[in-house]
Amino acid sequence: MASGALLIKNGRVIDPGRNFDQVASVLVRDGRISIVGEVPADQIPQGCQVIDATGLVVSPGFIDIHCHLREPGFEYKETIATGTRAGARGGFTSLCCMPNTEPPIDNAAVVDLIRRRSREDAVVRVHPVGCVTKGRKGKALAEMEELASAGVVAFSDDGDPVYDANIMRLALSYSADLGIPITNHCEEHALSRNGVMAEGWIATRLGLPGIPAAAEEAMIARDISLAELTGGRLHLAHITTSGAVPLLRQAKGKGLNVTAEVCPHHLTITDKWVLGTRGIESSGASTNAYDTSTKVYPPLRGGSDVEALIEGLADGLIDCIATDHAPHEPVSKQVTYNEAAFGISVLETALGSSLQLVHAGRMTLNSLVDRMTVGPARVLGPTFDELATLEPGTPADIVVFDSDLEWEVDPSKFESKGKNTPLRGTTLKGGVVTTIVEGKVVYTNAES
Amino acid sequence: MSTSQAIETASLVVPTDSPHLPPRKHVLDLDDFSSEEILAVIESAKGMAEVLGRDIKKVPTLRGRVVVTLFYESSTRTRISFEEAGKVLSADVINMTASASSVEKGESLLNTGLTLQAMGVDVIVVRHAYSGAPYLLAQQLDRVGIINAGDGIHAHPTQALLDLYTVQDKLGSISGLKVVIVGDVLHSRVARSNIWGFSKMGAKVVICGPATLLPLDLLHRNGGDALPEELASIEVVTDLDLAIQDADVVMALRLQSERQDAGFLPSLREYIRRWQVTDERLAKAKPGALVMHPGPMNEGIEISSSIAHGGNSVIEEQVTNGVAIRMALLYQLCTGPK
Repeated sequence: MASGALLIKNGRVIDPGRNFDQVASVLVRDGRISIVGEVPADQIPQGCQVIDATGLVVSPGFIDIHCHLREPGFEYKETIATGTRAGARGGFTSLCCMPNTEPPIDNAAVVDLIRRRSREDAVVRVHPVGCVTKGRKGKALAEMEELASAGVVAFSDDGDPVYDANIMRLALSYSADLGIPITNHCEEHALSRNGVMAEGWIATRLGLPGIPAAAEEAMIARDISLAELTGGRLHLAHITTSGAVPLLRQAKGKGLNVTAEVCPHHLTITDKWVLGTRGIESSGASTNAYDTSTKVYPPLRGGSDVEALIEGLADGLIDCIATDHAPHEPVSKQVTYNEAAFGISVLETALGSSLQLVHAGRMTLNSLVDRMTVGPARVLGPTFDELATLEPGTPADIVVFDSDLEWEVDPSKFESKGKNTPLRGTTLKGGVVTTIVEGKVVYTNAES
Repeated sequence: MSTSQAIETASLVVPTDSPHLPPRKHVLDLDDFSSEEILAVIESAKGMAEVLGRDIKKVPTLRGRVVVTLFYESSTRTRISFEEAGKVLSADVINMTASASSVEKGESLLNTGLTLQAMGVDVIVVRHAYSGAPYLLAQQLDRVGIINAGDGIHAHPTQALLDLYTVQDKLGSISGLKVVIVGDVLHSRVARSNIWGFSKMGAKVVICGPATLLPLDLLHRNGGDALPEELASIEVVTDLDLAIQDADVVMALRLQSERQDAGFLPSLREYIRRWQVTDERLAKAKPGALVMHPGPMNEGIEISSSIAHGGNSVIEEQVTNGVAIRMALLYQLCTGPK
């Protein structure tokens, strides 16, 4: 993907890994960062492409450690081509795709297929996640070492938790020397059962089966115990409850090898959105109630949960933001709430949603960039360090964004095949201007 | 008087006697009914009840209108009640059940609704096993009125309106009454709509039953976000002997036998012992308290036979009033805006 020279002039360069935050220019040559700071005129090659970033933010490209690209098997929901274009539009230069494909990513052949398809179709980097268990069935360990050698960056049976505590123990133990995390979707099925939204008065009011917070917290507590028992490398996928935060704090306090992520939707919208009132206070349902675009697993929770998650992210306890981008075809959402597919199409709204925390004064812009670059790289391990920095010599994966750009969410303009977002028609403040992967511009916002 | 003369005479009655019913497109739940509108529907139902009391129960009010009852769950009284309501008003009523239609071939609810709309149907009365199904139709169909005849465990607004009508008719007013709803509130759409309706009309609602069959968040045990005012005012009491004291209305809910299998109850025997509405318990309520049941009853489980058929029971009146309420709603929707 290496290409000619590129100069990004006079942006606010935020490189949290190096504590660098100042107006500067970035020179890219041969796909790598060449100079960050003052770029002397005689260093600028002839024919160098110039991007004026005055008033804009320049940072390492975002890394999403949790998304669903649906290929192979569910190409009607998303493909590597459309999913990576969506990622580029959202400022992501690396996407880790979950293995709940068909066939699932539980052997090296499927990893190879995804890598080949990515070479042909992807506009950003694609890093496959491998299954913990064969066929994602939760019964027997997948060939984890072979998967790691083939290039998976994490293990997960996402879509489902690893239900069996002993299998989880064995997986953590067996993979401890492989240096990559097991990402578990923590949800105790005996408690979540047929739930479709957060348990609480809104679920009661709407007559929808609820998922208690205890379903998530019980399995988080279990997995933390198992991480302690085995010395394994545990990563908690998309935590959503206020009770998950102290469990994580305790685990980290003990020095366990445990990390966690949170999704933009769990940081910004609540179960009130299921009432169809877009979060506006209302005790009753509107005709727009049962908005299936709000159905996501784990579910949208209450305001006190959102508060706790924001605090946890702001103070660095929660390592990173991950999208859990889960695109679906329209038909799977044009049914009753009980029958609708779980999932939100997030890649293209992740930055605008997350920036709400910055605009509301809940965290600094620098911290937010950290949670979308350095944080995810820390979860994945040292091989990702060079993708999360603008240090000269590293690959030029860069995002240029305007933190004040206001735009209306119009899913028909999404690059993703998944138009399923509860944010349809809302206005977000903050949008990507340019995304660069290995020195090559892969997305430019025509409207900015 | 010949039949045609009777119809001609009667035709004048319904429209002119009707109170000022506000225009309405759908009946999804009682959330969007004001107390004034509830009273107007009850008033309108009284006029309809007068038609039902005639020898010849037929008025031409909705002649030329098409009403479809689209039932994805089995029902006897609600479907027949709607059918009778439509026919008395001279609407053409078409009954569609899931087992005898393209639904069996896998047609989605939405496509079924779109098909019915394309056929020019005026009102779809829908019952569905999943909460919110009528909302899907209301959101996606723009030329058809939707009446919720029971959706999952969410709402049964016409049942609640007929219950409000029955109480108003028997006790004169609803405001200030103590209404005890006892049984499987967690899985009851009747309870949800009645909680909303009675609260809105100023009654004090007490819900009672095993803690496993009451919504946890109404017990204030989930520690989550604050409840909205309407729900916070609901009292939750697990002991029926306490709950029933000085009650004006006692409503027993149907207990599905599968609740026992799913572990919500140790046994039916224990349920009967603690939560059956009996003569002994009813003696603690106000004299003349009304006993209600949405049906179908499990006599001997949630309600004793002597109570079900005793002097306090208004269970048969509920059924009669149901037809009148549904006539009023069909009239309101068919004559409202499109």
